[in-house]
Amino acid sequence: MKDTVVDVISFEQVEEIIEWVNKIHGFDFSGYSRASLKRRITRIMQLQQLSMYELKSMLVNNPSFFEEFLIEVTVNVTEMFRDPTFFKAVREKVLPYLSSFQRIKVWNAGCSTGEELYSFAILLDQENLYNRAFLYGTDINRNVLNTAKKGIYNLKLMKQYSENYMLSGAAGSLSDYYVAKYDAATIVNNLRKNILFSVHNLVSDGVFNEFQLISCRNVMIYFDVELQNKVINLFYESLCPLGFLCLGSKESLRNAELAKKFRVIDRVENIYQKIG
Amino acid sequence: MPRSLGLLTEWKIFIKKLADLTRHNNERVRKAKVVLIGCSAGGFTLVYDIVSKLPRNFPLPVIVVIHRSRKHKSSIEEILNSKSKLMVKVAADKDQLKRGNVYFAPSDYHLLLEPDESLTLDCSEPILYSRPSIDVTFQSVADVYHDNVIAILLSGANADGADGICYIHEKKGFTVVQHPDSAEVRTMPEAAINKCSADLILSNLEIFSFMETLATTVNHNA
Ligand SMILES: C[S@@+](CC[C@H](N)C(=O)[O-])C[C@H]1O[C@@H](n2cnc3c(N)ncnc32)[C@H](O)[C@@H]1O
Repeated sequence: MKDTVVDVISFEQVEEIIEWVNKIHGFDFSGYSRASLKRRITRIMQLQQLSMYELKSMLVNNPSFFEEFLIEVTVNVTEMFRDPTFFKAVREKVLPYLSSFQRIKVWNAGCSTGEELYSFAILLDQENLYNRAFLYGTDINRNVLNTAKKGIYNLKLMKQYSENYMLSGAAGSLSDYYVAKYDAATIVNNLRKNILFSVHNLVSDGVFNEFQLISCRNVMIYFDVELQNKVINLFYESLCPLGFLCLGSKESLRNAELAKKFRVIDRVENIYQKIG
Repeated sequence: MPRSLGLLTEWKIFIKKLADLTRHNNERVRKAKVVLIGCSAGGFTLVYDIVSKLPRNFPLPVIVVIHRSRKHKSSIEEILNSKSKLMVKVAADKDQLKRGNVYFAPSDYHLLLEPDESLTLDCSEPILYSRPSIDVTFQSVADVYHDNVIAILLSGANADGADGICYIHEKKGFTVVQHPDSAEVRTMPEAAINKCSADLILSNLEIFSFMETLATTVNHNA
């Protein structure tokens, strides 16, 4: 039985690490949830048996360690068709509207390993909108983006996602969209041609295109209110008039000023539309 | 206990015992800032009864972490909210912790507490197959409130909560575990008891009285 270890790192030390990472790597975590950061940094220190001193010197002296740190300190958990009712709502309430646009540009911010973006691609394909669409997936994390680009997932996981897929009310079967070989599932090429994955940091990077739909789910729960508002403004600026904003199932537009700029399309699934 | 003692006497003796205990622990209970409740299989009814019995002036915010499937929409919060004198709700991202409120961790997210006493939802990996995880919430709250935490662990079919209870114990918070004989599923309380020594191991009736004594012992102005 393992002993209970308390206070591997204090909140004050978390602040030190935040400052340190900003100074050395130009990465600003100051708007991130301290509770989550503390938990994740504790985990790194425990897994790698690092003291605070060792952690800091690794961050300075070992460039490849920072990428590792970035992966561990952010939460990358994702699924295809996570929250099936959300995808159902997008199909029923958003896609009919999107079909009136000539070009449909989609931005999936904080896309992690790509499962959410491929889910959107499937949705568009089923409504015969894929050929008019272009989908951008962005994240701060190069490693997750590499996985997203490859589009190869564990076959076991795909079987789980199939259940989500069915619950979302989509036609056919998820297996129409991947090729299974041994224990790997590769997303079919047809679904990948209009997709681009690249690095974009919601904290420090700005508008890079105009979109008809932006989906940013389960990213802003890790941001404080100030940073949340800043990022929602960035999305507002990046949306075309009457474009759609999709947030996670626990992320509603609560800031009154910002809420005025959007119409609510689905209050439960947190889907909004930019007012013209 | 001799047979000749009536139920009432037994009850009075027990109340005395509890009063002694809480007097002994008075200081630790009095300065508490939050009550945490963790439960899983077999504990829902008990949680329901505990929360619906809380008095209007209950002096502390309450955070409840129960394991439930994300596939079945459960409405225990809604039902309890209409029953209870307190505001019972699913914890929302960035909610500020306030007395008079009972927060349930939503299914499929861990619930964390920030140093500014607001809540964060976290969709990181399940711990011991559980999301929400009792351990995660108990530890996160103890990181913010240190020894000013009262945590209660109830019935359940896995070992979630044991680490959390021992973490709080280690930080000198006040820990209560349901007596395994009273629990519908004894695995969870037993795991905690085996891992470290809780302050109180209580039967269901004793848990109700404990909550009642809290209502009067805790320092309202703290
Ligand atoms: C929990 S995942 C969400 C994945 C997916 N959107 C979903 O809901 O399933 C959060 C992702 O946000 C990314 N992220 C965190 N901070 C970011 C930032 N400042 N800019 C862009 N992405 C960020 C993380 O790297 C991680 O991949």
